Amino acid sequence: MVDVVNKKDVSVRFMSGDKACAEGALMAGCNFFAGYPITPATEVAEHMSQRLPATGGIYIQMEDEIASMAAILGASWGGAKSMTATSGPGFSLMMENLGLGIVTETPCVIVDVQRGGPSTGLPTLVSQSDMMQAKWGSHGDYEVIALAPQSPQECFDLTVKAFEYSEQYRLPVFVMMDEVVGHMTEKVEIPSPDSVKPYPRRYTKLPPGEYMPYRPQEDLVPEIVSAGQGYAVHVTGLTHNEKGYPEISAKAQENMVQRLTDKIKKNVKKIVLLEEENLEDAEIVVVSYGISARTAQYPIEKAREEGMKVGFVRLLTVWPFPEEYIDNLAKRIKAFVVPEINLGQIGREVERCAHGQAKVLGITHPGGGLHFPEKVLETIRSAAQ
Amino acid sequence: MRQEIRISGFGGQGIILMGYITGKAATIYDSKNATFTQSYGPEARGGSCSAQVIISTEKISYPVLIAPDVLITMSQAAYNTFYSGLKPGGILIYDSVLVKPAKNDSSQQFFSIPSKSIAGELGKEIIANIVMLGYLVKVAGVVSPNAMQEAIVSSVPAALCELNIEAFKRGLSYSSPN
Amino acid sequence: MSEENMMTENETQEPSVHPMDSWLRQDRLPHIWCSGCGIGPAFSTTISAMKESGYTQEQFAIVSGIGCSSRAAGYLKIDSFHTTHGRAIPYATGLKLAKPDMKVFLFAGDGDLFSIGGNHFIHAARKNMDLTVICINNFIYGMTGGQFSPGTPLGAISSTSPYGNEDSPFNFPHLADAAGAVYVARWTTAHVRQLKKSLVRAFQKKGFSFIEIISPCPTVYGRRNKFPLGIQMMKNLHETSIINHNAKGSELDIQIGKPIVIGNFIDRERETFLERQAAFQERVNKWLKEKKGETGD
Repeated sequence: MVDVVNKKDVSVRFMSGDKACAEGALMAGCNFFAGYPITPATEVAEHMSQRLPATGGIYIQMEDEIASMAAILGASWGGAKSMTATSGPGFSLMMENLGLGIVTETPCVIVDVQRGGPSTGLPTLVSQSDMMQAKWGSHGDYEVIALAPQSPQECFDLTVKAFEYSEQYRLPVFVMMDEVVGHMTEKVEIPSPDSVKPYPRRYTKLPPGEYMPYRPQEDLVPEIVSAGQGYAVHVTGLTHNEKGYPEISAKAQENMVQRLTDKIKKNVKKIVLLEEENLEDAEIVVVSYGISARTAQYPIEKAREEGMKVGFVRLLTVWPFPEEYIDNLAKRIKAFVVPEINLGQIGREVERCAHGQAKVLGITHPGGGLHFPEKVLETIRSAAQ
Repeated sequence: MRQEIRISGFGGQGIILMGYITGKAATIYDSKNATFTQSYGPEARGGSCSAQVIISTEKISYPVLIAPDVLITMSQAAYNTFYSGLKPGGILIYDSVLVKPAKNDSSQQFFSIPSKSIAGELGKEIIANIVMLGYLVKVAGVVSPNAMQEAIVSSVPAALCELNIEAFKRGLSYSSPN
Repeated sequence: MSEENMMTENETQEPSVHPMDSWLRQDRLPHIWCSGCGIGPAFSTTISAMKESGYTQEQFAIVSGIGCSSRAAGYLKIDSFHTTHGRAIPYATGLKLAKPDMKVFLFAGDGDLFSIGGNHFIHAARKNMDLTVICINNFIYGMTGGQFSPGTPLGAISSTSPYGNEDSPFNFPHLADAAGAVYVARWTTAHVRQLKKSLVRAFQKKGFSFIEIISPCPTVYGRRNKFPLGIQMMKNLHETSIINHNAKGSELDIQIGKPIVIGNFIDRERETFLERQAAFQERVNKWLKEKKGETGD
């Protein structure tokens, strides 16, 4: 198990994934939540509306998800650690200001508790069909970080991690939950508050005049300031230079967009969290994430009992995608099997990165329920042939 | 070992709370693993309503029911909807006043309790669900009596704690007349 | 003296001492606004009002959306946020709540605030969010070349209403009043003295304050609607506008050929979003005391 959060002096709770996510945010120092009710993410907002005011933070219910996303960006520039939570229809509305968050390099966390789409779709039923929207939902070229929990415990852990990444790499980070994980209630171990140290904002030590809001550090991430610190900072959604001033040219565009993607791409190894099982002699590797990775466990065990050499890779970080890692695996195995509750979004990524060196069998399903273990087992069997 | 429990009835009977308390008893007070899920949306408001609990000493990988080992029904409609899913060899527990089952599988064990009437005797029909939890522990085990009692105490309003413990004990000690 | 020498001499001179210099990002000038545009006087009047408001430069933050007016955020030397089209109000809401001691205000156009951003406007006014909203109403989408907006009068010609605008415009002050703003005024760029006083009052006011500034856009509105020069429209606004502080909201419609009613219409008290926080926190503390840290899981 990837040790995402160092836990000591834990308190054991019996909690839903949505609530655990909210608790994780609080543990990470979140002090601002703006949201709009939507099934199946509402419980995140409900829990925040109770807990944030009790911990000195601010909960605000906005008029829609567009406003929620705008508000968390504004709050972040006011120095807050901010978050919103939504599901498909709201996620679509957030894509506009997501782009603003990306281009202005604003730390914040967006939780998407995925339900069946397109449109209103299946409000109360599971899917994982927003995975590509998380990657490509806003216009323009950019890279994101998206984490996928498979249990309420991981909703807690990965939300803490999401805040850490958002501060470290200065961008909005996604927690890609789903209806089943969000609504299920399980044991959640919550560490004592003093055992988790919130990742500090990367405030500059330079004085006003010398500070450049978009001048990258060695890891390609620039230092930040917040409003009211006397820097007279200018933040714009227009293509801008290191000073933050608009510069409408191909050159400025190249400098800015290239660095925004490089700051993630060149740090992939530090960002990617994954779990591996039985890869040494594997001929078939099941690659999955979130709830589908969890439901694949049982059929994988059955397949091994039947004598098949099945390895397992669970992506806790789905974006950035571990391209090199999959490429290397593809060189030495026969086939990948990719179960997911959509029509093959991450399966296509695996296929892209396998470069034809191993075949890729998707186990796809448009949402509304979990995979039947038997179906996963059948696909593993056919991959072995 | 994996044990699957479905608790069913109609909206307002405290079905969801029963599932929550059972899962909490297993995880926090019996130190096992449990996954509790519930039906959501308009279908959860009125009509048949169901809570699912999976309890295991091992990690629970598949988080929804495959075939329940134990089915509790507190309404005829819920019985009609969910009985067919009960596993061969499984346990059916029902409220003897509210549900009239048609027994058709001799491998299964049937247990009944007039939980609503007992709760009425205690002065609050609404706590029939807690009476039922006592009876669940008695006839099906699933969690220890202490764990269930602790989970009830930590989940109900403090003012109603004594009454709920009483309801739990009535269920736990109930013997079917036949 | 050769031209080269003159330049050298200019460069060695003391920096200019225009009273607004320290409030402007000089390295961003010249600005993009057309000659004859009303945004310039509206902008400089806003700076004058900021200086008189009692707040320091560091205490101000400007948030804007997209459009000609919204470019103001890029020229003011304060914390400045040039956000997405229509979303300046919710962005400013987040900023204000995270920095309640700052004076957060908006400077945006009629299209930005009332078309794409209309929903945000009415909800922020309803909540009496502590923001000052300055709306430059030039009757048109200027930056995209002159399409009709929710501020365009009925019958006016624009690039997308070549036969005359078929839609009635919003009456912005009336809308702000109905939605719950505690301060509502309308002035024109031909009334800068009154406008400055009104802006100072708005900056000092707690809660949601709104000022509409009627402003000429000769380039894409005026030339299609009988005011090809900014000065012509300024003159017209100066001569025909009627000051009536007591006008009812319903009397503030803007129609072609009729005088525009201007004034300080609303100045009232209503508990603001931030003021409610104190009582709210008391309820939270009471709840915490009773429940002793119960977290509701």
